[in-house]
Amino acid sequence: MAALNYITGNEKKLKVIKSNSITFDNDKKRMPEHQLMPDKWVDLYADYLFNYAIGRISDAEVAKDLVQETFMAGLKSAKNYKGDAAERTWLIAILKRKVIDHYRKTNSKKGKAEVRMNYSSQTDAEGDWLEEQVADPFSSFENSDIENEELGLAIQSCIAKLPKKQALVFTMKTIQGVSTEDICNELDINPSNLWVMIHRARTALMDCLNQNWF
Amino acid sequence: MISCDKAAIICNKAQYREATFTEKLKLRFHLFMCKTCSKATKENTQLTTLCQKADLHSLTEQEKLKMKQILDKMN
Repeated sequence: MAALNYITGNEKKLKVIKSNSITFDNDKKRMPEHQLMPDKWVDLYADYLFNYAIGRISDAEVAKDLVQETFMAGLKSAKNYKGDAAERTWLIAILKRKVIDHYRKTNSKKGKAEVRMNYSSQTDAEGDWLEEQVADPFSSFENSDIENEELGLAIQSCIAKLPKKQALVFTMKTIQGVSTEDICNELDINPSNLWVMIHRARTALMDCLNQNWF
Repeated sequence: MISCDKAAIICNKAQYREATFTEKLKLRFHLFMCKTCSKATKENTQLTTLCQKADLHSLTEQEKLKMKQILDKMN
């Protein structure tokens, strides 16, 4: 039982760490602070924010306007940025408010905001059975919708990490579906050049998604 | 017999349905022989399905340029 002998006074040897001790202050100073670079916002985050917005507002025009407003609001309140969130997180937070404001504005007329249940209009149906209104336990589209939105954002943030030209070619080809010929004309490159860029972009994207998604 | 580099390019073209019939035939033959390329092709196809599933949207360069101009005016 000798091992259990408690030696009094040993605990005094431990270093006392107060929450405001000097070591902690130094830690904070050494932490890399996030900085805002508004010049790069459009290139880096426009598509990401646009995807986020379009998941909540299906109207592309409105979504685009909200992204624009987000950048403007961000620029206006840049001096209030404390640097404890990453740039993109901070912008998303602004966009979230903008989306909520948008719905508030469209619902501002009294009564519009209330949820109307659309009961089955067929009054001559055999009966209003609760079973008919119960959620289908085998339905999977709600979950997969959420998952697909997250996947979209993951892909967008991976695209943002690509070199500018590769990202441009990949988005034009894959997302906007522009034909090879048109891209070559617009960017003044030849087709084999384009395919090499597509190849590099796809390889890098797959690596990035393997790290962040799977 | 085509090289792996060439197979990769054809595979990418096939992702956008732009590979010709002979190219596809050459690719099939190559994949039959080359384990590495068939794995890469599988991954590449997976990326295409993911991109379709995610229903991606993006702004065109002109729209982005317009945004930049508006932001520049504010500065």
